[in-house]
Amino acid sequence: MNGTSQMLVYLIAIPLFSATVLLLGSRALDKVGHIIGTLASTAAFVVGLLEFFAMLGRAPENRAVTQPLFTWIEVGNFNVGATLLLDQLSICFVLLITGVGTLIHIYSIAYMSHDKDRRRFFAFLNLFIAAMLLLVLGDSYLSLYVGWEGVGLASYLLIGFWNQKPAYATAAKKAFVANRVGDVGLSLAVMIAFVQFGSVSFSGVAEGVEAGKASSLALNCLGAALLLAAVGKSAQFPLQAWLGDAMAGPTPVSALIHAATMVTAGVYLISRSHFVFDVASVAQLLVVIVGAITLLFGAIIGMAKDDIKKALAASTMSQIGYMILATGLGPVGYAFAMMHLLTHGFFKAGMFLGAGSVMHGMNDEVDMRKYGALRKYMPVTFITFGLGYLAIIGVPPFAGFYSKDKIIEIALDAGGAKGIILGSITLLGAAITAFYMSRVMLMTFFGSKRWEADAHPHESPALMTIPMVILAIGSISAGFIFNLGDRFINFLNPVFHSDHSGHGEKEHLLPPIVVSALALTAVAIGVSIAIAKYGRGKSIPAVAPADVSVWTKVARRDLLQDDLNEALFMRPGQELTKALAIVDEKVIDGAVRGVGSLTLDVASGVRRTQTGFVRSYALWVIVGAVGILATIAVMSL
Amino acid sequence: MNSLTILGALPLLGSAALFLLPRANELLAKRVALGVSTVVAVAGLAIAMNFDRSVTGFQLVEKYSWIPAFGINFGLGVDGMALLLILLALILTPIVILACWNEAEGSRWSVKTFFALLLILETMMIGVFAATDIFLFYLFFEAMLIPVYFLIGGYGSGERAAAAVKFLLYSLFGGLLMLASIIGLYVVSRDQLGAPTFDVTELQKLSLNNQTEAFLFLGFFIAFAIKAPLWPFHTWLPDAAKAATPGTSVLLLGVLDKVGTYGMIRFCLTLFPDASKQFGPTIIVLSLISIFYGAFLAIWQSNGDIKRLISYTSISHFGFITLGIFAFTAQGQSGSILYMVNHGFSTAALFLIAGWMIARRNSSKVQDFGGLQRVTPVLAWTFFIAGLSSLALPGLSSFVSEFLVLVGTFVRYPLAAVIGTLGIILAALYILIPVQRSLHGPVAPGNENLKDLNLREKIAIAPVIALIIFFGFFPQILLNVINPGAQASISALNIGPSTGGDK
Repeated sequence: MNGTSQMLVYLIAIPLFSATVLLLGSRALDKVGHIIGTLASTAAFVVGLLEFFAMLGRAPENRAVTQPLFTWIEVGNFNVGATLLLDQLSICFVLLITGVGTLIHIYSIAYMSHDKDRRRFFAFLNLFIAAMLLLVLGDSYLSLYVGWEGVGLASYLLIGFWNQKPAYATAAKKAFVANRVGDVGLSLAVMIAFVQFGSVSFSGVAEGVEAGKASSLALNCLGAALLLAAVGKSAQFPLQAWLGDAMAGPTPVSALIHAATMVTAGVYLISRSHFVFDVASVAQLLVVIVGAITLLFGAIIGMAKDDIKKALAASTMSQIGYMILATGLGPVGYAFAMMHLLTHGFFKAGMFLGAGSVMHGMNDEVDMRKYGALRKYMPVTFITFGLGYLAIIGVPPFAGFYSKDKIIEIALDAGGAKGIILGSITLLGAAITAFYMSRVMLMTFFGSKRWEADAHPHESPALMTIPMVILAIGSISAGFIFNLGDRFINFLNPVFHSDHSGHGEKEHLLPPIVVSALALTAVAIGVSIAIAKYGRGKSIPAVAPADVSVWTKVARRDLLQDDLNEALFMRPGQELTKALAIVDEKVIDGAVRGVGSLTLDVASGVRRTQTGFVRSYALWVIVGAVGILATIAVMSL
Repeated sequence: MNSLTILGALPLLGSAALFLLPRANELLAKRVALGVSTVVAVAGLAIAMNFDRSVTGFQLVEKYSWIPAFGINFGLGVDGMALLLILLALILTPIVILACWNEAEGSRWSVKTFFALLLILETMMIGVFAATDIFLFYLFFEAMLIPVYFLIGGYGSGERAAAAVKFLLYSLFGGLLMLASIIGLYVVSRDQLGAPTFDVTELQKLSLNNQTEAFLFLGFFIAFAIKAPLWPFHTWLPDAAKAATPGTSVLLLGVLDKVGTYGMIRFCLTLFPDASKQFGPTIIVLSLISIFYGAFLAIWQSNGDIKRLISYTSISHFGFITLGIFAFTAQGQSGSILYMVNHGFSTAALFLIAGWMIARRNSSKVQDFGGLQRVTPVLAWTFFIAGLSSLALPGLSSFVSEFLVLVGTFVRYPLAAVIGTLGIILAALYILIPVQRSLHGPVAPGNENLKDLNLREKIAIAPVIALIIFFGFFPQILLNVINPGAQASISALNIGPSTGGDK
């Protein structure tokens, strides 16, 4: 039986209250809006820390706590309480969301200082924090759903923060609609869970699965529905197309929502539902396939992008592909996915903030072809971004080395041909990652100046650099700390029961040291190719060369994702809509009008004797009532 | 206590008072109308306090013999569903009066008549939901058309006369079918019960043969399907909603159309259980068609008229309501009833705000708006939140009802629920496309100097928005009222497992 904590609700209530105040407040709040917003996020972080230490003080099997709030929906045996649950899995997210979130609030104070709507920006950030915390603290799929669409709403509002530009407004809408496709999966998952187990809470579903209440088919359907939800939220194949456009939002938003936290919600959902995927082998295989495709998909797009934010976004898609892949590899995979999620949260958020810092100094330029040699002008940005770079490509002892290496290791250990295929994909992904990230580094910070005439790059103010430095420290150390004595795996063990999986005792396909060597070789190859193409002495044209292979062209067009969606869904949908509009007017209403005019012709005879059809209506009712009475009178004789 | 009679009579008395006022003093007429409707709303809430949530069946019952020769009673009473729909009407009426303060000016007819008609309509709305005698219900059902007809024809815009006549003819046609079925019921009750009756509880004791039951069911059902409206009986609604003033549209779509779905539960399910089961699958299919058809046409209207757009979204929503009703499960039933209430609020918000937009811009074309977010932020925000409620965002009231409908449908018809769930994608499109066209982007020419909401408008819309958010988190307050009656109507159908997780 879980203990209770009365503090959990404050995690959500504080940022939600702050968001409400900032949204409803008047212009008078403009001067302090950002401070209120940052304090709210900080307060949530402090509550999170207190809960974390309290949790560490309890025995591992008693660490989860709940807080029942009220009965949300109860109809028949469909009973959903508004109850919060904090366990080892959710505390990881709570600390990531509020910790990185607070840093990004601080950064945004300076980044958004010239925007007259800064108060509104902080309101949306707070709204996001509250919704994301609800997502990870809800104790049922339906409460999770509220947070799930809540973060989608916050994401929509923030992508479209400058929605006076039509392209940005379109990007926001695209993200929401793609997420809604995923939400269909979450809706269906809740329905399947209810019908199969009579419960939609995580514990209820877990117990139901354990008790064998559901058939294998039902469990695989449930798993597939959850995967669809995860695919939408985490920008995985085939619902990945929205993430690149989402970079329309202010850069701190890209760092927080579209790199560190919201887009990882799919990984959370699958990990949280481990009890389903552990016994639904088809769904689990689908998870692996989606992850493997996406990790290459994102990496390939990343190679072709000249927009620094879009290159990073493609990278995010690819790195989440790694995480999803890991969650499909059984009990030990969940913990490694979580580890990569957290280290990625540090280094990717750090790099996005670095990109924002570069843009800040370069008149909001995002085209890397117009950067170059910035390391001398923005040293702090260069060093922090560089540390994140080393972490993501997986150089020891930086964070990404530990977390990505583990995923490659378990991919290889998946067994048989599957292991070899997955292992090769993860290694190939590592090489491509090293290539495109080196390309970003070289094009941005090295080489010659290719700036626009009016660019005067300068280092960003301390409010921006300090969060970058803190995240860089995380990029350096997090992996090492997590791996000390397997402490992170052991911490999560009560949730995932990784120790029952026999990982560790099992024979490895390759010894870990060989895996590391292979991974580092892949990285070295990727870096070398990048240096050969973009390194010292290589000229980088100001406009992307047009005489490139068809493959490059396809990669630049995001592997035709938008073209496909347009051809398969948008244009047929528009044609159908147009056709239905014609049917409605000509056929259905046409028939009605035909009957109607016939009636009116008849009625016009009546009209001549009356003062008009309109006024005679009152009579009609009376006639009708009298008619009833008369008929009845006749019949009852 | 004749509380329901008194409640229903108050607005009628108010309208009589309005007619006696001098025509020139429009402000006084408005104030009286607002005062009367506010008093009625407070009185209604006070009466609701005495409602016992633990019992099923009718409460606050009144019954007087009216035309004893035919067994007609003046019978009133409410269960949870009727109570909430009456409260919905009572809350929306003063809001509409306040929101549409200047709507009637410059019309063919006088301002005081406009408000008098609204009050008459309020009486009708109370009566139609409170009637426990089918003959009385029929009278209200038909009489309701009169004030609406005049509100559209006398105060609307565009092709108001044609729209009003179309509305009337459609409703009349349905009404005639229902009338035939009512006579049929009368005959059967006279034969079976010894004495004729129109009492809805008594009529449940009839045993009908299959064919009779099917015919009588269809008479009621088609009348209600026109009112609700269900595809393909819907084409009157977009025309009426476009021509009517926004305030009229709010009451028309928000409350009056609910008489259709209300009637399906109150009369079709309880009086004709076997026919309901027989036609259930067909109606499920029609509901799914409505959901998608309405949604696609709403998307189409994002190139067109904003009021038509909102009315097509309602056709989609009514598809969900009938889906839940004919799924015959506890969740579907309660979800549909809750949906009726929630849809009332979200549609009210959409129509009122759209009305304010139209009045400011002097155009109802979606593409004539644009960039309002930067010009009139409060108006834009309220419209956006109302839109989110229409697309059933979790955390807002409509999510709870839509999800209950879907989960309730899934229990019995998994495939239908899966298809229905796809509707939520289209909902995102039919809200976000017009939101983008009208609120985002650069400020469209002619919109630069539009004024944001004034204090009166803010006061009118605030309670609607507040309720939409409040009931998103605390729907149980309503569900506790709805559940007993909904459960009873489902168990009376005797249709096997009506809820999930029974294994």
